[in-house]
Amino acid sequence: MTITQILSLAISAILIENFVLVKFLGICPFLGVSKKSDTAVGMGVAVTFVMTVASAVTYLVDHFMLRPLGLEYLQTISFILVIAALVQIVEMVMQKTLPALHKSLGIYLPLITTNCAVLGAALLNAQNDYTFIASVVYGLAAGLGFMLAIVLFANVRERLEFADYPKAFEGFPIALVTAALISLAFMGFNGMKIF
Amino acid sequence: MKKILKAILEGAITNNPSFVLLLGMCPLLAVSTSVPNGLGMGIAATVVLTCSNIVISLLRKIIPNEIRIAAYIVVIASFVTMVNMLLEAFLPDLHSNLGIFIPLIVVNCIILARAEAYASKNGVWDSALDGIGIGLGFTGALFIVSTIREILGNGTFCGYHILGENFPAATLMVLPVGGFLTLGFVIAFINYIRNKKGV
Repeated sequence: MTITQILSLAISAILIENFVLVKFLGICPFLGVSKKSDTAVGMGVAVTFVMTVASAVTYLVDHFMLRPLGLEYLQTISFILVIAALVQIVEMVMQKTLPALHKSLGIYLPLITTNCAVLGAALLNAQNDYTFIASVVYGLAAGLGFMLAIVLFANVRERLEFADYPKAFEGFPIALVTAALISLAFMGFNGMKIF
Repeated sequence: MKKILKAILEGAITNNPSFVLLLGMCPLLAVSTSVPNGLGMGIAATVVLTCSNIVISLLRKIIPNEIRIAAYIVVIASFVTMVNMLLEAFLPDLHSNLGIFIPLIVVNCIILARAEAYASKNGVWDSALDGIGIGLGFTGALFIVSTIREILGNGTFCGYHILGENFPAATLMVLPVGGFLTLGFVIAFINYIRNKKGV
């Protein structure tokens, strides 16, 4: 793969095919951890890190263990176990080095395991037969796309606290309508064609 | 019989996973572009949920507490792999429409949440009923959202033009935007009714 192809893959994963707003992957943390912008940044960083490492490790597992043995049908099970182990490691490291961030992410940190964006990136890499470098770049870019979406969304939500809207929309519904508007804005990137 | 019905209705309506517990949003938004896709997803998830609830309930005294989540995920992933292979063999069209969202049933929070909150504490029979009830609730939610989106976005229901060929379809509704918007309005409507009833 040339540099241009890799670059266009990255840009497309961040903007045009944004994981959250276009592919609907990782909606739970997107709606759950976006009440404050600083926790949203922390969550974005943690997810990006896990996604990048998970893309690399699942590529190795897929190409050096599953494919030579003809066990492709075990992809889902083995990938989810790899991701669960990785999240556990990230949690332990963060607890030692960044206790404040660890505390504010709380329950959502172990829940990265069940973030469908992480497993989704691993499965898409395997499905599209990306090379090792392309897989890592795709994981990183998809994570950055997630971070961009969640940080934008958290900032809008912070302002919404003082807004006046019908009582029935309180909480989740207004968040979904906001997400729809951000998603509409991201559709503007759709016509963008790179190289 | 009455007890069975009550357990199922509780899962499907009072504890509706999508509209009340607000779990499992990704597949609800992603595959609700047409009614057949939505129903296919709902049924696949119901099968996985019921089977994994039964197995986890059977194993609840054997699985050590410390590694229970990993054990649940392995059980769920095994059933998802089976469903994935069955769909690929017998319903290839649905399989290619749902795409990556079939393997992603593994990380559907509804299934893990029911394993943790219900199946790990209750008997096999009750857990199976809970799985069916919650699964039907999820399928119902998918049916409602996908009906709204398919009719407004395409003018069709299950592929049939029910509003005439010249219906001015709002393509926006089958795009990602429509998913967020429809779900927001449906939940707001349910909140409105609940507020009015004073629940």
